[in-house]
Amino acid sequence: MTKKLLIVDDSNIIRNKIARALGAYGLEIVGMAPNGESAVRMFGENRPQVVTMDLTMPEMDGIECIRKIHALDPGVRILVVSALADKATAIQALKEGAQGFLCKPFTEDELTEAIGELLSEEAS
Amino acid sequence: MTEAELRVFVGIVKHYFEQQTGIAADIYTPYLADPEALPIYDYTGVIGISGNRQGCVYFTAPAEALRLILTRGGETDLSSRNLADLAGEIGNTISGNARRQFGNEFLISVPVVVQGRNQAISLPKSVKAYIIPFCWQQHDAALVVSVV
Repeated sequence: MTKKLLIVDDSNIIRNKIARALGAYGLEIVGMAPNGESAVRMFGENRPQVVTMDLTMPEMDGIECIRKIHALDPGVRILVVSALADKATAIQALKEGAQGFLCKPFTEDELTEAIGELLSEEAS
Repeated sequence: MTEAELRVFVGIVKHYFEQQTGIAADIYTPYLADPEALPIYDYTGVIGISGNRQGCVYFTAPAEALRLILTRGGETDLSSRNLADLAGEIGNTISGNARRQFGNEFLISVPVVVQGRNQAISLPKSVKAYIIPFCWQQHDAALVVSVV
């Protein structure tokens, strides 16, 4: 079954880049949110199994958004895609419910590899 | 800002262009800015810094350089909106990557994008600003770091 994907990033070009790469990878894009508030709403409406999550965003940041989405569905797979390159931030995101962390800037190959790992961990 | 700290930003700019475009940027020697003559090109992404350091970091580039970066990344929408978005995203990425060395108390704001060469960027007068000039694909651009 095709997995549904929600893309969360305040940058239009990053949302498009992720959509191009992961659409070609076989995921169904069900929403693209520019901030955490929209993301929580879109998550409730579409119930995707996979989310890519930026951290630095207006309205509601990514950490708060991970917390809220994880509360709605503890089984969701969340890949953080962020420029924040310090270990403490990555650890905090993982504690809140994310399963993977990809640092910007990233290539499409690095993104599909990270999503592949996220989904293979789910299967095992 | 020490010389070693400035080198952190030089390394991040270098990595960004190599990784995102496959083409290295020629990075020139950073220098102390004249506050009355700060570089500004068509699109400028400004990031405010707070937490354990204060100030701002901005990335500024001409429209043609940004169009080329988008094209190399597979983006077909080369609208002004996306050029502004890219300038902000590059500023955000460079500042966010700096947390690897400066730590998680190096807090960065969401980007504010300034459009047009006739705009003025005003930096705190009490904080020295350093310019990291570079050239990518024959287009001059700069990163300005004004952080205390």
